[in-house]
Amino acid sequence: MFTQIITAVLALGGLGFIFGAILSYASKKFEVYVDPKIQQTLELLPGANCGGCGFPGCAAMAEAIVKKGIPVATCPVISLINRQKIEELLGLGDKTDTTKKPVFKAALVKCNGLDTEEYQKFSYMGVKDCQAAVLLQNGPWLCPHRCMGLGSCERSCPFDAIKIGPHHLPIVDEEKCVACGKCVLACPKQLIELVDKEQKVHVKCNSTEKGADTRKVCKVGCIGCGLCQKVCAYDAITIENNLARIDYRKCVQCGACVAKCPQHTIIMENKPEFKGRVAKINTEACIGCTICFKVCKFEAVKGGTPREKHEIIADKCVGCGLCATKCPKKCIEMIEE
Amino acid sequence: MTSALISIFIVAVFIENFVLNKILGLCPFIGVSNKLDSAVGMGTAVTFVMLMAGVTTWAIQAFILVPFKLEYLQTISFILVIAALVQFVEMVVKKTAPALYQALGVFLPLITTNCAVLGVALLNIKKGYGLVESAVNSFGGGIGFFFALILMAGIRERLDVSEIPTTMKGPPIAFITAGLLAIAFMGFSGLV
Repeated sequence: MFTQIITAVLALGGLGFIFGAILSYASKKFEVYVDPKIQQTLELLPGANCGGCGFPGCAAMAEAIVKKGIPVATCPVISLINRQKIEELLGLGDKTDTTKKPVFKAALVKCNGLDTEEYQKFSYMGVKDCQAAVLLQNGPWLCPHRCMGLGSCERSCPFDAIKIGPHHLPIVDEEKCVACGKCVLACPKQLIELVDKEQKVHVKCNSTEKGADTRKVCKVGCIGCGLCQKVCAYDAITIENNLARIDYRKCVQCGACVAKCPQHTIIMENKPEFKGRVAKINTEACIGCTICFKVCKFEAVKGGTPREKHEIIADKCVGCGLCATKCPKKCIEMIEE
Repeated sequence: MTSALISIFIVAVFIENFVLNKILGLCPFIGVSNKLDSAVGMGTAVTFVMLMAGVTTWAIQAFILVPFKLEYLQTISFILVIAALVQFVEMVVKKTAPALYQALGVFLPLITTNCAVLGVALLNIKKGYGLVESAVNSFGGGIGFFFALILMAGIRERLDVSEIPTTMKGPPIAFITAGLLAIAFMGFSGLV
């Protein structure tokens, strides 16, 4: 009896000891050196593995930061605190330019199409996937550029920031969106673009068809009429291939184009009722310096002779706000109609 | 001799398939069968570990447990051996073949205490196999597991795009599919 216990304990203990010894020897012998900083960096990264940085996941990104010294800001998602922590950890805090204002982008869906039956070629019953729908006669919609509305972008989003809302159109939650670009790749119609979150005026159409053709298949599509181009005081809009395009570096979001667009293709975000703005001069403060008269590109300011108080011709004013920014007395106000 | 080995192999792969007949190792079977490429990785890793475990546990049984009359320590000592073995293999692979480690690495720790691996070791002893027969049976068991996992992954990739009632989505439909697969595999019984 006693010997049995002893042999059992010895055998099992011996086995455990031998394996333990082998393993501890092997862990030294076969050790692969991993920089502990990589692990620490990885812990500070968001860990969503979204791929927005261009590396396959956060682990690869952490390795690249430590070994190749790529800037931490390559990660579009990382919070400022964690970024500073990583830079402190790796001792490269002074390298990053802190004076430059970071641009926070969000996804923008360039379609505002309607979804009633008259805009459909047929009703699609297949696999709920945009790529699959496009394969079948270029999708169920009359407009060849219309959003499929089947939510491939929604499923590709690792942050739960894009959702198919009413009218078969995706809605982007800009609070959650980190501009990783997954949805941009997922959209078979190339409707999604990454745009600065602060920009509010957008062309909600991607149709390059001729104006007449677009008008046939959509009520709110860009027909390339060029009115927005004419009304823009900042040369921020160009028409290319029958499609208006806003240069976001020049756009000041005055909304002149939004008010002018006959198709209501150009919209002001969060302000569906926006009808444009008009300048109003506070005549008491105006000294008649003629600056606003000179700066106006639309001949919408009365006056010209010095000391004469200025007045705005409301019919001609597009609400670009050039005069308001230039007025030395700050007596011009922009009022929403 | 050869024909006996072949028959052991066929039995292990098809007739006594570890997953679909013995219902062992369901955890990786349901967990890692979402995508075909990860199923291939898991299947390869399991096959490899099963073969190694089958051989070493046979040696432990023959040279330590039987001479000292300690057969009742089978389970605990086998788990000890398999866990240590997997750890050791992981280290070696990580050092010598980083590419292989990238492919198998994630799956290796998962298999450490997989019941299919322990099952194959215990069954080898129970059936009274010798060293070569144990190796063939373990390898066959691994291939059978690989085979079942690939089949399941192929079906589940298709299930992803088909319309399934909301309550049945995910694991429920996977279990039903596994059940139907098991029934289909029963058709192999009586083959050898």
